Amino acid sequence: MKYPDFNQTIPIDEVGVEERVSRLNKRSIKKDSKIQALKMALSMIDHTTLEGSDSPGKVIQLCKKARQPHPAIPDLPTVAAVCVYPRMVSVAKKELKGSGIHVASVATAFPSGQAPLSQRLEDTKFAVEEGADEIDMVISRGAFLNGEFQLVFDEIAAVKEACGDAHLKVILETGELHTFENVRKASDIAMHAGADFIKTSTGKVSPAATQPVTLVMLEAIRDFYYDTGKMIGMKPAGGIRTAKQAIQYLVIVKETLGAAWLNKDYFRFGASSLTNDLLMQIVKQQTGHYQSLDYFSND
Amino acid sequence: MSNTETKEAAYKPTSPNSKLDFASVWEYAPAPQDSKFAEVKEQYDLFIGGKFVKPSKGRYFKSTNPATEEVITEFAEATQKDVDKAVKAARKAFEGEWSRISAKERGKYLYRIARMLQERAREFAVLESMDGGKPIRESRDVDIPLVAAYFFYYAGWADKLEYAFPGKKPEPYGVCGQIIPWNFPLLMLAWKIAPALATGNTVVLKPAETTSLTALKFAELVKDCGLPDGVINIVTGAGQTGSEIVNHKDVDKVAFTGSTNVGKIIQKSLAGTDKKYTLELGGKGAMLIFEDAPIDQAVEGIINAIYFNQGHVCCAGSRLLVQEGVADKVIQKLKDRLETLIVGDPLDKNTDIGAINSKEQFETVNKYLELGVEEGAEVYQSKCNIPDNGYFIRPTLFTNVSQSNRVVQEEIFGPVLTVQTFRTADEGIEKANNTPYGLANGVWTDKGSKIFKVGSKMRSGVIWANTYNKFDPTSPFGGYKESGVGREGGMHGLAAYIKN
Repeated sequence: MKYPDFNQTIPIDEVGVEERVSRLNKRSIKKDSKIQALKMALSMIDHTTLEGSDSPGKVIQLCKKARQPHPAIPDLPTVAAVCVYPRMVSVAKKELKGSGIHVASVATAFPSGQAPLSQRLEDTKFAVEEGADEIDMVISRGAFLNGEFQLVFDEIAAVKEACGDAHLKVILETGELHTFENVRKASDIAMHAGADFIKTSTGKVSPAATQPVTLVMLEAIRDFYYDTGKMIGMKPAGGIRTAKQAIQYLVIVKETLGAAWLNKDYFRFGASSLTNDLLMQIVKQQTGHYQSLDYFSND
Repeated sequence: MSNTETKEAAYKPTSPNSKLDFASVWEYAPAPQDSKFAEVKEQYDLFIGGKFVKPSKGRYFKSTNPATEEVITEFAEATQKDVDKAVKAARKAFEGEWSRISAKERGKYLYRIARMLQERAREFAVLESMDGGKPIRESRDVDIPLVAAYFFYYAGWADKLEYAFPGKKPEPYGVCGQIIPWNFPLLMLAWKIAPALATGNTVVLKPAETTSLTALKFAELVKDCGLPDGVINIVTGAGQTGSEIVNHKDVDKVAFTGSTNVGKIIQKSLAGTDKKYTLELGGKGAMLIFEDAPIDQAVEGIINAIYFNQGHVCCAGSRLLVQEGVADKVIQKLKDRLETLIVGDPLDKNTDIGAINSKEQFETVNKYLELGVEEGAEVYQSKCNIPDNGYFIRPTLFTNVSQSNRVVQEEIFGPVLTVQTFRTADEGIEKANNTPYGLANGVWTDKGSKIFKVGSKMRSGVIWANTYNKFDPTSPFGGYKESGVGREGGMHGLAAYIKN
């Protein structure tokens, strides 16, 4: 494959991006289309816990919630994946056996990525050997901002190789890239280097996912698809807490990339508290009433 | 995860030209705006001297909702006698109370009108969409907020005219005859009435015959706000009524927005009189997309330029000029974007393109679609569903066209975009300027210096850079060449209502 010259910058007009997002946010999603969207969003969640205090007990409970988000609502989809640190992969793998829910693991010295490449690759291999179906890696933002695009590219390619059959999500950490042009460039580097998904954030840096950043990345995915015919997935992560926001993201995906991306193979939400708000809205749509928060498990 | 190949086989592109599928999997349910609260009477009279009065000949004409073809109300037809009565009422108000109150008080009335419009914004938005066919998203988010903004802006000038015209004692003309078009009914009313009143004039205004509803609702609001009788008079009717206003001997100034053909007739009939006039006429706006432009945002700009208000915009960007190196990419993206535009019920909150304003205009646009094909253009239309009734046209692109085609030269005033390419900036500018019109153009490039270099060579009253169809009360608006005479908006808009 011929790679583009990453020293060339693709111009992005910030005002235009924000206007487009605000226009998309005006879509009014009601009735059947709303219920469908809520369930679709639920099925796209990477149910996540990434804390220093994570223990097998916590992860097991998270997995149980992933399998059965709400006992009282029939016909609910499960979430797409559970996302944990490498040490917790085997616990999650065992707990999710037979459910079809993937185990995703952050690796490569998440969240900073500030470790030698050899260690980051070991980190990745360990997670894969423990049974991770998906690897969420971080790019070297320092190197990227320093203009070392080839280095960033090579590192992603090396991690991709270390992943073997596991799918690779590349976290750009857009909150540290500062401009939409940088986000676009990092997206292009990641996709050309072998990413299966591109992902906005670790969730450890503010701002995390925003809709304008997501739109810029989706447009990068669209251009990559126009040029190569290859479909790359997208995962906004961090800061998406409400069902309303989730539906807005789905509208952005639908009107930028279309129906083929509206499933968990090509779109994910990295979130933890979003699940319960989606459940609450589904109950509201079905019964006409809001239930108390106490009716939703906090796992 | 399934692999790419099986996934690709699982979906269908919307059209053979598009690789992406925007239609299936998840569709938006209808999201209708409630319209029952907006009261429409069976019949509307003329608003003269602060009262609603019957037309002298007793004739009324019907007004239809272009989205349903149903009659919604009827308006009075003002004849010469009615126009005369309206002008006399306006003269009386001008010579009387309106000239005696202080400039500050004049401003207060305008502020009051602006606030009352804001309070009743949703009602006006709904009526504008019902009567004219424009999507509620636009009437709610663009038209009505701008209407209030223009009144607020000119209200502020009312007692500061001496600062706007230093060294001069600004004096109003007197009675202004104002004729407005059907594309932005209430907004054009605001553009006309707000500066006229701020400067101390009185007005006789005629809305377009297909879209008079909000003007008469506005008349009710004027009555409620306690404005002295006769300062604003609204007479309804077709071209003949307009002609009575233009030719009335006691009208001091004529302000017209509409087609270039009618503008020329008005100019001829005013020749040799001492009436002042401003004309805001047609356009055939060009958009230059350079290779270094932010392409995705440029595509969005094109959508706003030509498909805003069904293309019923005098400053619409109806000619796309794209630099050859990015032409294929821009056209591909544009075609895909067209597939996501929702055409249909103007009162649905998700509608992007509403109904063509009238049967007459519907036929005109269709005539141009046929003409384009005859001239050898390649036609591309989105595959969206459109309602069975009502006047709807799918967003359309004409490629393979040139400067010598009529579809490139003439104002279509519909959702139809022509696409041409250029190689150098000079060639792009030449093509942009090669038209009798000169109202608005757009430039897309990442390079600031190019914006100014190219912009300064375009013979056009408005140049938008990296955006299109942006309006602001502080900014003057008007055309070069056959696009008009004079400016509206901003301080320039005040000057058009002040004696020189």
